[in-house]
Amino acid sequence: MRRINNWISGIAMAILTAAVVFAGCAAPSGSPATTQAKSINLNGAGATFPAPLYTKWFDEYNKLTGVKVNYQPIGSGGGISQIIEGTVDFGATDGIMTDAEIAKAESKNGPILHIPTTSGSVAVIYNLSGIGSGQLKLTGDVLANIYLKKINKWNDPAITAINPGLKLPDAAIAAVFRSDGSGTTYIFTNYLCKVSPEFKSGIGNAKSVKWPGDIGGQGNAGVAGQVQQIPNSIGYVELAYAEQNKLAWASLKNAAGNFVEPSLTATTKAAEGITLPDDMKVMLTDSANPEAYPIVGFTWILVYVNQKDKDKGEALAKMLWWAIHDGQKYTEPLTYANLAGSTVTKAENAILSIKYQEQPIITR
Amino acid sequence: MKGRSGYFRRKQFSRLMLVLCGIATACVILVLILILGYTLVNGVSYLSLDFITQPSKPVGEVGGGMRDDIYGTFILVGLASLIALPVGMMTGIFLAAFAGPKAASAIRFAADILAGVPSIIVGVFAYAILVRPMHSYSALSAGVALAIIMIPVVARTAEESLRLVPNSQREAALALGINRWRITLGVIVPGAVTGIVTGIMLAVARIAGETAPLIFTALGSAFGVQGLTQPIGALPLQIYRYALSPYTDWQQQAWAAAFLLVILVLGINVIVRLVSSRRSK
Amino acid sequence: MNQCKPDRPAAEVAGDIVSAARARIGDAIFTRLTLFFSILMVTILIALLIVLGIDAWPAIQKFGLSFITSVEWDPVNEVFGALPAIYGTLLSSAIGLIIAVPISLGSAIFLSELAPQWMRRPCSFLIEMLAAIPSVIIGLWGLYVMVPFIRNPIEIWLGSNLGFLPLFSGPPFGVGFLSAGIILAIMVIPIITAVSREAIVAVPLTQREAMLALGATRWEMIARAVLPYCRSGLVGGVVLGLGRALGETMAVTMVIGNAYTLSPSLFSPGATIASKVASEFNEASGDLYIGSLIELALVLFAITLLVNIIARLLVWRTVSVRSTGE
Repeated sequence: MRRINNWISGIAMAILTAAVVFAGCAAPSGSPATTQAKSINLNGAGATFPAPLYTKWFDEYNKLTGVKVNYQPIGSGGGISQIIEGTVDFGATDGIMTDAEIAKAESKNGPILHIPTTSGSVAVIYNLSGIGSGQLKLTGDVLANIYLKKINKWNDPAITAINPGLKLPDAAIAAVFRSDGSGTTYIFTNYLCKVSPEFKSGIGNAKSVKWPGDIGGQGNAGVAGQVQQIPNSIGYVELAYAEQNKLAWASLKNAAGNFVEPSLTATTKAAEGITLPDDMKVMLTDSANPEAYPIVGFTWILVYVNQKDKDKGEALAKMLWWAIHDGQKYTEPLTYANLAGSTVTKAENAILSIKYQEQPIITR
Repeated sequence: MKGRSGYFRRKQFSRLMLVLCGIATACVILVLILILGYTLVNGVSYLSLDFITQPSKPVGEVGGGMRDDIYGTFILVGLASLIALPVGMMTGIFLAAFAGPKAASAIRFAADILAGVPSIIVGVFAYAILVRPMHSYSALSAGVALAIIMIPVVARTAEESLRLVPNSQREAALALGINRWRITLGVIVPGAVTGIVTGIMLAVARIAGETAPLIFTALGSAFGVQGLTQPIGALPLQIYRYALSPYTDWQQQAWAAAFLLVILVLGINVIVRLVSSRRSK
Repeated sequence: MNQCKPDRPAAEVAGDIVSAARARIGDAIFTRLTLFFSILMVTILIALLIVLGIDAWPAIQKFGLSFITSVEWDPVNEVFGALPAIYGTLLSSAIGLIIAVPISLGSAIFLSELAPQWMRRPCSFLIEMLAAIPSVIIGLWGLYVMVPFIRNPIEIWLGSNLGFLPLFSGPPFGVGFLSAGIILAIMVIPIITAVSREAIVAVPLTQREAMLALGATRWEMIARAVLPYCRSGLVGGVVLGLGRALGETMAVTMVIGNAYTLSPSLFSPGATIASKVASEFNEASGDLYIGSLIELALVLFAITLLVNIIARLLVWRTVSVRSTGE
C-alpha cells in the first residue's frame, strides 16, 4: 500500500512536470518569426476604446507588409505610463497627456506626438418605458444637473420644457455613471464642464471623478447592464456600444442649437467646428458645427519624435501614415468615425516630423 | 433527550440536518450549472473545432478561434506551477513536519496574508520587479505573478493535508529507523496525496481563470506565442477583453471561451485524478 | 510534533554508522530546503510590501492617518480616503462568509459522509470547477442574471416587509452589498468546500465508530466527533476562502454598484478596496493618485492581517474552552 501510494505521488508529480516541460519546450519552438532578421515587431498598448479597430488595422497591415504590430488594450493611463517607461513602441490614449506627464516623457526621450487616429462619441442612454431611441431631448445644462443630482425627477420642469410631446413619469432619476477610469468618462465630463460652470467647479474633468450619482457600472457593459435593468435610469456609454447593442439614446442640443442624435457622421463633423491646433491636443466636445454631436473626442496614438531604432521607426511611421489614410476605410464598418480632412492634414505633418538621428524617416 | 421520544426527536433532527447538507450541495451544483449553462447558451454558436484550432480574427470577420490564447494559458499555468509547486509544497512540508510552533504560525500568517492580496496588486508587483527592469512585457513575468498567487494556496492545503496523516504512520516508519526526509517524501506525502492534489487543482483552477495580474505582465499577443520573454496571450485575458467589448460577435466568443476554460480545467483535473486513482488499485 | 528517537536493533547499528551520518546529512539538507522555501515565500511577501510601500509613499506622506478615516475620494482634486472601501470590503466579505460557510460545510459533509460513493468524486469536481470560472464571467452572469432576481423579488419583498430596519432600507437597485456578498459566496464556496471535505475525510474511522457506539445519531456523530476533530482544517479552509473574498475584484466590481458611500443598508451600492483599485488603477496617473490606490492595497493587507489574528484567537479560544471543559 505504501509503495503504491508512493507511485501516486510520483505519477502526479510526473504529469505536472511533463506539462511544465512540454510548455517550456514548446514555447521557443513557436518563435522562429522573432529570430528572422528582417521581421519587424512593434508593441503598442493603451486605450481600450479603439482596440477593436486597431486589432483590425494591424491584422490587415500584417497581411500587406508583414510587419507585426501587437496592440493590447491596458487603458489610456497605462498607455501613457508605458510610453514614458519605454516598455512599448507606441502608446494610445483617449485623453490628452497632462503637462506633468509630457514633461516626464520629454525629459527621458524628447518630444512626444499626439496623432489622432479616429474619434468617438459618447451616447446618453436611458430606460423610460414607452420612450424610444432619439425621442428624449436633453440640453447640456439639464444633463449636467441630472448628474449633479440637482434634477431628481423625470417630470422636472427643466426636462418637460424641452420635451413637450413626451409623457415623462413622476419618478426619481437613477443616474448611472461609469465607475472604472475611462476615456468615456473623460470625454463626458469634459463636455459637462464646458456647458456647466457648476459641474466644472464641483466635479471637474477627469477619467475618474467624484460622482454624486447613484450607481457605478464597470465598463460599458456594466453601465448598459444597469440602465437596461433599472427603470427610469440614465447612463452614458461609447457610441459603438450603444449602436451594436441597440440601446435607446437621447438627442442632445449642440452649440448651434440643434438637437442631434449620436452618429458617425455627426461625430466626424465635430472636428470641423473646432479650431485644431498643430499639436492636435484638443477635445472636440461642444463643437460649433451645426451638424455636430456635442460629446465627441479624438483617440490618439503617442509616439516619440526621435526614434532610436531605424527599422522600427520607419515601420512605425509608415504604419501610422497607412492608418490615417487607407486604414480609414475600416473605421465605419466597426462603428468608428472617420477623421475629417483637416485633421488628416495635420496628422500627416506630425508623422512627417518623426526622425531618426535628426533625419526625417519618411517624406511626402 | 431521554427515552424513546427523545431519541426519535434526535433522529428526526439528524435526518433534517443531513437533508439540509444534501440541499446545500445541490444548490452549489445548481449555481455552477446556471453559470455554465448561461455561458453555453450565449457562446454555443462559437463552440466548434475551429475555436480551438484557429487563431483569433479581428472583429467583423466571421470565424476565428482562440488557439493561441489556449496555448498561452497552458504555458502560463505550467510556468506558474513550475515555480509554485516546489515552493508551496516545501513550505507545506516545513509547516507540517519541521517548524516549531512560533515559526509555523509566522509562516502560516505570511501564507494567509499572501493569499489575501488582490490579484491585481500581485500583477503590479510583478510589473515592478520584472517588466520595468526588462523593458518588456513577458510570459515569464506573468508566470511569476500567477505563481505568487498559487504558492500560499498550495502551501496551506499541503500543510492541512499533511497534518491529517495519522501520527501512527509516521511513528511506525520512524520506529523502522527510516530517515525523516524519506519518511516525509515516502510515507507522509503519499498518505496525503489526495488532499495535496486537491489543493494543487484548486490553485490551478484559480490561476487559470485569473485576469487582473496578466494585464500588466503578459499583456496579450496578437501574433501567437513568441517565447518566454515576449508578450503572450491567455484565455482569461481574451475573455475579459471580449466580454466587455461592444460587439456581440466578441461577446459570444467570450462566453464560449469561458465554457471552454472550465472544461479544460475540468479535463486536467479528471486526468490527474484518474491516473492517480488507477495507480492505487 | 514530538520527535521520537527510535531504538535501533544492535545488529544494524554496527555497519550503519556511516549511513546514519549520511542520513543525518540528508535530513539536515531536507529540513533546510523546506526552511529555505518557507523563507522564500515570506521574502516574497516582504518584497511585495516594500515595493508597494515605495509606490504608496507619496500618499502615506500626504494624508497620514486621515487616509483611513476620510470618506472622500476625489481624483480631480487629489483628495483620497479609504473608509467607505474598508467598510465595503468588510461588509461584503462578511455577507459572503455568512452565506458560504454553512453551505460549504453542508456540501463537504454531504460529499464525505452521506453521498453514495459513485457521486462523491464527480460532485466534488463540479464544485471545484466553480473556482475556475473567470471572475469577469461570474460578474457578468451576476449582473445580467442574478442581480435582476435579487432586485425583484428578493429586495422588493425584504424592503416592503422588513423595510423598517436600516439593513433593508433604500431603493432596491439590485446592485449593492447584498449582491456582492452573494457573488463572493459563490466564489469562495469551492475553496471552503474542497478544503473542508479533505479535512473531514481524513478523520479516522475510530472517531466515528466510538460515537455511534455510544448511541449517537449520524448528525450527532458528525457534529460532535468529526467536525471538532478536524477543526483546524475547517478553519484553514475558511481563512483561505476569506482571503479570496477580501481580494476578489472583477466579479464584485460588476455587481456592487461602485458608489463610494457609507450606508447601513444592504441594498445600497458600495465599493470594496479591491474593486476600487481594480477599476481605477488602469487609468490612474499622477504619483499621488497611484500612491493612494496602492495604499488602499496596503490597507487591505492590514485588514487581512487583522482578520487572520482574530481567526487565530477564536481557534485558540475554542481549543482552550474545550480542553478545560472536558
